[in-house]
Amino acid sequence: MSDLIKLVEADNAQRRADLPTFRAGDTVNVHVKIREGNKERIQVFSGTVIQRRNPSSGGETFTVRKVSNGVGVERIFPVLSPNVDKIEVVRLGKVRRARLFFLRGRQGKAARLKERKPKAVAAA
Amino acid sequence: MSGLIGKKIGMTSVYNADGQALACTVIETGPCVVTQVRSVEKDGYTAVQLGFGEKKEKHTNKPELGHFKKAGTTPKRKLVEFKEFDKEFTLGDTLTAADVFGEGDFVDVVGTAKGRGFQGVVKRHGFGGVGGQTHGQHNRGRHPGSIGACSFPSRVFKGLRMAGRMGGNRVKVQNLRILRVMSEQNLLVVSGSIPGAKNSYVIIEK
Repeated sequence: MSDLIKLVEADNAQRRADLPTFRAGDTVNVHVKIREGNKERIQVFSGTVIQRRNPSSGGETFTVRKVSNGVGVERIFPVLSPNVDKIEVVRLGKVRRARLFFLRGRQGKAARLKERKPKAVAAA
Repeated sequence: MSGLIGKKIGMTSVYNADGQALACTVIETGPCVVTQVRSVEKDGYTAVQLGFGEKKEKHTNKPELGHFKKAGTTPKRKLVEFKEFDKEFTLGDTLTAADVFGEGDFVDVVGTAKGRGFQGVVKRHGFGGVGGQTHGQHNRGRHPGSIGACSFPSRVFKGLRMAGRMGGNRVKVQNLRILRVMSEQNLLVVSGSIPGAKNSYVIIEK
């Protein structure tokens, strides 16, 4: 990519640096800014990340799935969107693939994921 | 119509105040040099000729070299005349993006579209194709269909849309909003797409 385009996307890099690392299988709380008239409030959408698309590009998105009142709900968020106020990683999931579409066909106990231990941080 | 000459750098997306991602094109523009001033007394009309893009002296012919020397600049790749600048200019003046454009302005962008070669009517003119796979038809999904009646008029009307060479023509895209002017890097970010390949020259009209 051209260096000049990188200059235009400079503030993207700043936003990306503030993000936690998370990947498919992790459970996250996404704090979304919602504007109602002039008021702005924050809504939390929590669920499992089932995919990240176009990684490391400006248009990167991730899909979060949760089951709400027995109905599966999926929301797609742009990673760098200013409407995403904060992303909290609640639980790390142990999965062997990048796209977890198999979860859509599963319910209850079958839709659980094993927990992954965080990688040991290098000794200080 | 004032404006500048620029070079298409490529596309990306930026977020606006509402958090929407907008597709945008980055154009490198300016500093453009005034290479000639047309006046009513001498030429019958008023205009300003601007030059943009460096080129080597050995690739410039003698008459052009003299033309650039008169303006006191190095040889330029692209020369374009603009009418109705509201300022007076003298030879050798330079214009930057910030001089002409502001954030939120609407501009038209002119460029040469990418050449597509010989294309059929579906791509070239947006025909719908034949429309089905069944009822005995199997090998003409993207054909144009009938091109007219029979014994009257006994000919095909002029200008009928058919397959042929596509692209490579001059295209103007109107009413693109300027999202950002980065004067230090001489960059312009406009919403939407503009004609042409990367690194091709475009004219930005205001």
